[in-house]
Amino acid sequence: MSLELLLALGVGLLVGCGVWLILQPRSFPLILGLAFLSYAVNLLIFLGGRIDRLTPPLTLPGFARLADPLPQALVLTAIVIGFGMTAYLVALGLRAAAAGDDDRVDPPPGDDAP
Amino acid sequence: MTHLPVLPVLVPMAAAAALLLGRNAALGMRRALSALALAAGLGVSLGLAIACADGTVIPYALGGWRAPYGIVLVADRLSAALVVLLFTLALIALAAALAQELDTRGRHFHPLFQLQVAGIAGAFLTGDVFNLFVFFEILLIASYALLVHGGGRPAVEAALPYVVLNLVGSALFLVALGLLYGTLGTLNLADIADILPDVPPQDLGLVRVALVSLAVVFLLKAAVVPMGFWLPHTYAAAAAPVAVLFALLTKVGIVALLRLSAVALPATPAGQGLLTPWLPALGLLTIIVGVLTALAARRLAQVAAGFVLVSSGTLAFAVADGRADATAALLFYLPHSTLATAGLFLLAGAVALARGDLADRLVRGPAMAGAGPLGVAFVLLAVAAAGLPPLAGFLGKLMLLEGAGQGGWRWAWWALLLLSGLAGALVLARAGSVLFWEPREPAPPGRALPRLGAPLGVLAVASPLLTLAAAPAAAWARATAEQLHDPATYVSAVLGREEGVVRERRPG
Repeated sequence: MSLELLLALGVGLLVGCGVWLILQPRSFPLILGLAFLSYAVNLLIFLGGRIDRLTPPLTLPGFARLADPLPQALVLTAIVIGFGMTAYLVALGLRAAAAGDDDRVDPPPGDDAP
Repeated sequence: MTHLPVLPVLVPMAAAAALLLGRNAALGMRRALSALALAAGLGVSLGLAIACADGTVIPYALGGWRAPYGIVLVADRLSAALVVLLFTLALIALAAALAQELDTRGRHFHPLFQLQVAGIAGAFLTGDVFNLFVFFEILLIASYALLVHGGGRPAVEAALPYVVLNLVGSALFLVALGLLYGTLGTLNLADIADILPDVPPQDLGLVRVALVSLAVVFLLKAAVVPMGFWLPHTYAAAAAPVAVLFALLTKVGIVALLRLSAVALPATPAGQGLLTPWLPALGLLTIIVGVLTALAARRLAQVAAGFVLVSSGTLAFAVADGRADATAALLFYLPHSTLATAGLFLLAGAVALARGDLADRLVRGPAMAGAGPLGVAFVLLAVAAAGLPPLAGFLGKLMLLEGAGQGGWRWAWWALLLLSGLAGALVLARAGSVLFWEPREPAPPGRALPRLGAPLGVLAVASPLLTLAAAPAAAWARATAEQLHDPATYVSAVLGREEGVVRERRPG
């Protein structure tokens, strides 16, 4: 029970940090915040499969139940996608920063440019 | 087992891989392959639509792993018709992109375009919520790249908020999936629908949180207020051919929400009162914001973006209504409004090409080359987008007025839908008179007619054609709505009920 509480609090802490960083007006903390958020989400999916130390992932004689391997597959997919997206966002943030000499993410002053 | 349901995803994906490998091939070869893949995709989607026309639901188990253990694609009337709409729109967008030579203004245009199409097709066809997440990510990353394709600093600045918002949306999507899997033990949509009525009371809260998070993510994709303020800036910054395809992107969210609410939510304790009363209110607010966006627009592309918002709000309201009548009206309205707003985006692109430095800004300038044909296309698209008689947009609105908006919403719904039509007509009349009728000076010499004629013409006559085919289209919409609101058939077709699903209770 205590381990579950610890992990749940960890997820909450990561989400809190992520949200706070995302609300910053610069792209660098923003990207860090999104990374924190994706760590929290991955942990949450992982916990969806329950914390279980003693049940085997394969059928073995003497065990009635199996551990659930699916959340690990889901987390793996989520990690790969999250990594790709973060990489793209870093590239985009760098381009925006290079174009504007600044990494602020405010909306541009005029929106009537073609 | 027929392999038809997987082909609309597989064909553009294989084309994307081939185009990426052959990125140094001659430009003509790449263009031909890209067009050929979309044409083949349209062919298989039409085949799929014919196979599903009699109301059969075709599940396709990927890799032969049966539902609910494996991942399934499910083709029914709705998904087959939407895939046909997708490939039609994609062909038009590709024709426009080739006419504008957008693919020479940056690298990898064709693979990205094909991936975008594959992602949208997969999102329409999938029968698994996690797979839906994966296809969403495919279409999103392709759209991020297409958005900045060939654009300069404005495109990059418009892309950043769009990407960040969608990444937060993806995180929320994963939270919902984690909670759903943790409580129900499945992510197959049919299986979810099967399990939802028997959710134990202690899990009910978590399941409802997960379902609402899913709905919020879908509404973010559909740009429903308060998650829709990114849309006007983003879509107006995209190149016109890309914006044509983007006109369908918001509909992906609407359709995902429609399927979730029709298949999984009705008459279960977990789905009771989940979408009402907040979704109808948000839908109406979105209509207001869309109208204001169009009224305040300084460019024609922003006017088109305002109409996308109005369309999203209207559709979201109809989804919230949840009855078969409202769904039938929604399904009649959806393809029409998609084609009309796509047409407006393309028209904005054509006007921008014809006016040079003035672009599509709503300011007076010298007359355009080719103002005659462009003006005709503008009138047709304006009548279609504003939903004025005699075109099919008006019929769609009439069906929506009758079908949706029950109880206390009736008056607000009627007033806003009719007023939005009036305001839309006003905006477009103003824009049209500035662009087409007020100029007195002759066009400067040496500027040729933009080459977007063919794709623009197709989009402009789409609405009159739909008006002529209104009876069959309405019959299709009704049949599709009835199929959608009969989740039992869907569930038994996907799960293969005669053999039964072996399932153990989730441990506490």
